[in-house]
Amino acid sequence: MPDFDVLVLGGGPAGVNAALAASAAGLKVALFDENPAAGGQVYRAPISSAMPPTGDLLPGDALRHELDQSAVTTYFNHVVWAVTADYRVDAAGPAGPVHCSGRALIVATGTTERVVPFDGWTTPGVIGLAAATILLKSQGILPGRSTLVAGCGPLLAAVAAKIIEGGGKVEAIADIAGLGDWGRTMPAMVSRPDLMREGFHWVREIWSAGVPMLSRQTLVKVEQAHDGLHATLAPCDAAGRPIAGKQRSVVADCIAVGHGLTPSSEITRLLRAEHRYSRQAGGWIAVADQDGRTSRPRLYVAGDGAGIAGAAAAGHHGTLAGLACAIDLGTHLGTHLGTDLGTDAAQLRSRVQAARQAHAKAARFGRSMAQLMALRPGHTDSIEPQTIVCRCEDVTRAEIDAACDAGAHDMNQLKAWTRCGMGPCQGRTCGDVAAELLAARVHGGLREPAGCLSARTPLRPMTVEALTGNFSYDDIPIPMAAPL
Amino acid sequence: MLNDETMRIDNSNRATTIRFFFDGQPASARVGESVAAALFASGTKSLRASPREHSPRGMFCLMGSCQECLVMVDARRVLACRTPVADGMRVETVPEAGINA
Repeated sequence: MPDFDVLVLGGGPAGVNAALAASAAGLKVALFDENPAAGGQVYRAPISSAMPPTGDLLPGDALRHELDQSAVTTYFNHVVWAVTADYRVDAAGPAGPVHCSGRALIVATGTTERVVPFDGWTTPGVIGLAAATILLKSQGILPGRSTLVAGCGPLLAAVAAKIIEGGGKVEAIADIAGLGDWGRTMPAMVSRPDLMREGFHWVREIWSAGVPMLSRQTLVKVEQAHDGLHATLAPCDAAGRPIAGKQRSVVADCIAVGHGLTPSSEITRLLRAEHRYSRQAGGWIAVADQDGRTSRPRLYVAGDGAGIAGAAAAGHHGTLAGLACAIDLGTHLGTHLGTDLGTDAAQLRSRVQAARQAHAKAARFGRSMAQLMALRPGHTDSIEPQTIVCRCEDVTRAEIDAACDAGAHDMNQLKAWTRCGMGPCQGRTCGDVAAELLAARVHGGLREPAGCLSARTPLRPMTVEALTGNFSYDDIPIPMAAPL
Repeated sequence: MLNDETMRIDNSNRATTIRFFFDGQPASARVGESVAAALFASGTKSLRASPREHSPRGMFCLMGSCQECLVMVDARRVLACRTPVADGMRVETVPEAGINA
């Protein structure tokens, strides 16, 4: 008998709303997240000493409050390191290992930030845009006295504005996207006047601080010098490839850079659900219906991990997955569980209709932002041969190219030949870019035949101690010796 | 609004400052800060060296994904970005990949 009806992995807007919807429908739900509180990366709770003094409600507070008031069992500060085909979850928490099983599994694991490598991107002081957001919003710390903000997507303006509000200096914003790219997002922006206002507020702050906003400029090199990090910016084309023209040099003590987000699909890949590649959605995603049902029975995906559509859409997508799960489990189990899930099916279906409409509206905005952050082929193609692509194992572009030329034709072969993606991050940092390089060199740019790195447990590096917890040697079963 | 020495955005002045050590050198943090954030704010950005090229590495993603900020706390391997500072905590570089390895 499973411990829970549903296990939800991930406590961002998608996971929490999925858990709430399933719990409200009468299911017994448990939610796991690595962080100390719900909110995910987008609504990450600030540490107590970085809280605003007025006690203003923050985005995410409502989410956290609703979860607190619900019947959902929560496992925060728990790192999920294994998920099995019968939906058993193994996690390591502060009080030791936890094992739980569920009839159904909802995966809402969000995304990883993509940074397309450039010379010197491993230099300490170069951090992701998402990392800068965590420093600013959660830790109450400026990334630097002076910061260069580079890459693409809406996080550029968000990070720059937060630095300025915090009293820091932004040396420049270098955006790969051009004004035309932003112009194409206007129809979707107009559909969300609230978010558009927030965006204009950021731009106003950046303007009044006199920060240069450089469009179609890309970061090509960072060097450590005695007075800080020296960054070189070059003009680029629409494909993200540096072109001839005047290069600029910027000195800063922090460089925050990001080139979009890739869905974290390790768990659904581990469970062998069907997947497809979508450049628009950010990478490899589980094939799913509009409510998040995957190709595998009682396995659901929700939120940006199912394809980038933004935080607002993620919440509605989570609700949809939670409802889908309640409907599916209800039709199988409602009668013999003696619950009223079956009789409530009509009510659940009407909630589905409302959530689908809200999701479609929110996703339109989120997907237009995602388009600004989609991987640009010219950008990866312009990575220099000596540049490290896999940070964990120090594997360069030239080594990847050499392996491709020697016959490596998919990502797992590339990994075996070069160690690219074999290190402690398990390819989360380099996998998308390495696959793009392989696809371009071997498969004429097609990503499907290049494949992706096999997901493996443990899903995060673990110490043996974290896995075993406290145990007595007497409890270890010793098998009988073979009768020879 | 900004404490220029510590890089901390000063919202409240009510935070308690605690002390900890990185490779024996004293450092300070506000209660609740992660080891990675507190060290970054104090200008300590290199935390280890890469295994093959021995080039300096430090915190990068801050959310437990990239594994670049691996350090030792109480003889255990932990990610600096997922470990809140405790008063008097002793943080060390990982032995086999020290900065000067």
